[in-house]
Amino acid sequence: MDLQRLHLDRTLLYALLSLAAISMFVVYSGSAKDTGATFGHFMRLVLGFTVLLVVAQIRPEILERWSPYVFVAGMVLLMAVLAIGVIGKGAQRWLDLGLIQFQPSEIMKLAVPMMLAWFLARGNLPPSLSKLGLAFLLMAVPAFMIFKQPDLGTALLVFGAGTFVLFLGGMRWRVIITLLAAIAIAAPFAWGHLHDYQRQRVLTLFDPESDPLGTGYHTIQAMIAVGSGGIYGKGWLNSSQAHLDYLPESSTDFIFAVYSEEFGLLGSLLLLAIYAIIVARGLLIAYLAKDTYTRLLAGSLSLTFFLYFFVNMGMVTGILPIVGVPLPVMSYGGTSIVTIMAAFGILMSIQTHRKIAE
Amino acid sequence: MLNIPIKDQFRESRLFNARLTVVGAVVLALILALFLRLVYLQVIAHRHFETLSQANRVKPIPIQPPRGLVLDRNGVVLAQNYPVYTLEIIPEQVDDMNSLLEELKQVVSLNEADLKAFRKQLRERPRFENILLRSNLTEEEAARLAVRRTYFSGVELEARLQRHYPLAGLGVHFLGYVGRINEQELERIDKATYRGMQHIGKLGVEISYEKTLLGQVGFEKVETNAHGRSLRILERIAPVAGRNLTLSIDAKLQALAEQTLGQRRGAVIAMEPATGAILAFVSTPTYDPNPFVNGIDQDSYNALLNDPDKPLINRALNGLYAPGSTIKAFLGLAALEQGEFGAGRAIPCPGWFTLPGSSHQFRDWKKTGHGIMNLHDAVVQSCDVYFYRLAVAMEVDAMKKFLEPFGFGGKTGVDLLGESEGLLPSVAWKKSRGQPWYPGETVITGIGQGSVLVTPLQLATATAVLANHGVRMKPRLVRASVDAKTREARETVPETAGQIVLKKKEHLDIQIRNLMDVVHTNKGTAYGIGYNAPYKIAGKTGTAQVKGIAQGQSYSEKMTPERFRDHALFVSFAPVEDPKVAVAVIVENGGHGSSAAAPIARKVMDHVILGKAAATPGGAAPVSENDE
Repeated sequence: MDLQRLHLDRTLLYALLSLAAISMFVVYSGSAKDTGATFGHFMRLVLGFTVLLVVAQIRPEILERWSPYVFVAGMVLLMAVLAIGVIGKGAQRWLDLGLIQFQPSEIMKLAVPMMLAWFLARGNLPPSLSKLGLAFLLMAVPAFMIFKQPDLGTALLVFGAGTFVLFLGGMRWRVIITLLAAIAIAAPFAWGHLHDYQRQRVLTLFDPESDPLGTGYHTIQAMIAVGSGGIYGKGWLNSSQAHLDYLPESSTDFIFAVYSEEFGLLGSLLLLAIYAIIVARGLLIAYLAKDTYTRLLAGSLSLTFFLYFFVNMGMVTGILPIVGVPLPVMSYGGTSIVTIMAAFGILMSIQTHRKIAE
Repeated sequence: MLNIPIKDQFRESRLFNARLTVVGAVVLALILALFLRLVYLQVIAHRHFETLSQANRVKPIPIQPPRGLVLDRNGVVLAQNYPVYTLEIIPEQVDDMNSLLEELKQVVSLNEADLKAFRKQLRERPRFENILLRSNLTEEEAARLAVRRTYFSGVELEARLQRHYPLAGLGVHFLGYVGRINEQELERIDKATYRGMQHIGKLGVEISYEKTLLGQVGFEKVETNAHGRSLRILERIAPVAGRNLTLSIDAKLQALAEQTLGQRRGAVIAMEPATGAILAFVSTPTYDPNPFVNGIDQDSYNALLNDPDKPLINRALNGLYAPGSTIKAFLGLAALEQGEFGAGRAIPCPGWFTLPGSSHQFRDWKKTGHGIMNLHDAVVQSCDVYFYRLAVAMEVDAMKKFLEPFGFGGKTGVDLLGESEGLLPSVAWKKSRGQPWYPGETVITGIGQGSVLVTPLQLATATAVLANHGVRMKPRLVRASVDAKTREARETVPETAGQIVLKKKEHLDIQIRNLMDVVHTNKGTAYGIGYNAPYKIAGKTGTAQVKGIAQGQSYSEKMTPERFRDHALFVSFAPVEDPKVAVAVIVENGGHGSSAAAPIARKVMDHVILGKAAATPGGAAPVSENDE
């Protein structure tokens, strides 16, 4: 099969397919052998790869032209959620379209980097200070709206995606350092705006034992799962942590803990390697890209993907606080798989259309 | 001179690549950090975690807090908890569910309904959670099960607190009930708060005060064996009981009102005008909430759902009725405010009214007409023609504006979730539905027919506004929440919801006197309950048409099937000098407000004011000539 003509990138595709294959086994184990859930996961993967295939056919020039419209549409939907969103999972995140419910914040994960890349590509790099200010608003406003839903995880990813564009776009170091200083000063203020449970999660990071029945309990149990896996693991379906119900969310946010317990360090490193290959390939695509827009977008999407799995693995291994970020492709459930696969569609489009053009 | 900036591709790509290098280095460093962390956890500290995992027999087991009790104003228990033995299954630990169920049937009695409810839960709940199979085990069943428990894996015998409503259907429409947490609720609630909890408020006070009643889940750190069965308790964090709720409801009054309505469909609200405290909140027919607690079986539920009397509908909160002539109690005040319609203005009532340029006759309920009417007589005798003319003079939008401050057409702000707003029509409202407003609609709005819809709760609230010097209070069911242990009470502070603004304060007094004469003069439509009342009542009858009557036809109660008979309404407050209670009564298809609804209100007022259900007046009550 000529992958090039289908606008698919071999390295990315094989890496994603291996992730998908591994995930089937882990979801089955993590969901306590729930065939229904496993099949559901399979169907989501099929949907995700279909979206990838479709998006990969869209030429980057068209994506660039669409960027502002996608962004505006995303903002409108986000406001709609705030206004008329139905209450799902205790938070206003979902828009009910009758047949399906979806999260507009998912669109923003793509729309924000697209918009910023489009915006920065409209002039010389590095961007002027006033342009940076405007660009900052373009990412901070939607990120803040998502944070207010409240969905800290997604807000973080949207903000991250935007920040990556600005950084890759050549935002000056002195600006970066000034901003970091400002953040350090503003941090106590932001602390006051966090929900109690979000604050608790950060606090327990420093001392998991302080709340062994609540948030800290999750961290400890996840670390026990990973650590007890050892080098070779306990074997598939043998995660005692998950099956004796010590591990929460064992098929969703904490699926990496189940995987590490069952497949050990060897398995963990294999998975880490696949994720690393994907990110490296994405960054290479950004390096090879021929114009500012595709460069910035490819770089930002790859780095967002990195942020995604790093935050998840960091939280499972106890080096980051618990934020509700699933492990991309592996975790069961959620609508994020479609967004992630669409992002890879964009990356593949950028890579393959360039080659054809040459 | 270079004044057009030309994109310097080379410089830009060099800048980008420099940044990419920085980013790549950071990514590499962070991946390395993850790598090292994994090596630390899985190789260096492996022993430590291996031991922890082996010893991970200490499990935090949630302990459910007792849910707060619900009491009436005199301490009568409306909702309580009583301990029951339950048989619960942890599906994850069961190898062959069907044969297990067969074996269990030998030990305890299991009927079809139990199994059905169990299988439903089995599909909806996580496999590692306890799922209820049977509740209310007898002592004998519990003992038999306890002896044989070790043979069964995944079977738990638990002592649980079960919600119970000792007065069964009494006040079910305000009290509501708890039920098992379902799938949608599972997504909505905070899982940590509800750990180990099986029930959640579904309706009424039970859901509206869920947070107060719930309490805080406690934990036991329990040592378990390899199969997860508890061996001993290591540590205990006690649950915090939910707060008890004292309602302003008087259970005796509630029972009296429910019994008086009897088999009829209807609603009664009794409220303290000065505070908004609700004394009785009746919707009939009622139903027993107890079967809902552990999941009512489909057949019983269908029976309730398909009952033609619709017991599940909360008529007091969500029933939408045309107010009929009870609206004259409020529009009469508008007439005084209207100036040209003031108290002195006399209008001839020939028994019908026509709009200029139209031959359509809007009839008065009294065919022969009332003669010359002023406001006092029009209210007392409930003359329709007078109010037709008032409506035409006011226009519909002004009527809406006048009635809104009474709480019509919007939420009253009662402390129950899901109240209906009713409807005050306006030209704009009709337009938004793509239709023009017809002048004839204005006419009938004046006597509370047409599009105008009110709930019984709104009627009572509005009547209380008349009694409370024009100030509208938010209706309140809960008087205080009380800590179950310390007895520390948090009283509900009465809240103002708004106020009607009058040109002259005396107008309110004039209208109240008119309403008094409805009850206490022999021309008044409610004289039947007023002639022997030992205190002064202000009230207004109403009869709301259910079925349209064609031009030229007349309505006959006897000839009309029951479902199409008029609704009977009555609003009142008493004693007039110092109002203690405002009442709204609706009897569906009851016929006349004067004969069907007013006597119920009288009984309610007697109970509140005289402190007992007054003996029914001996002999036949005198019938007013104006029996609307």
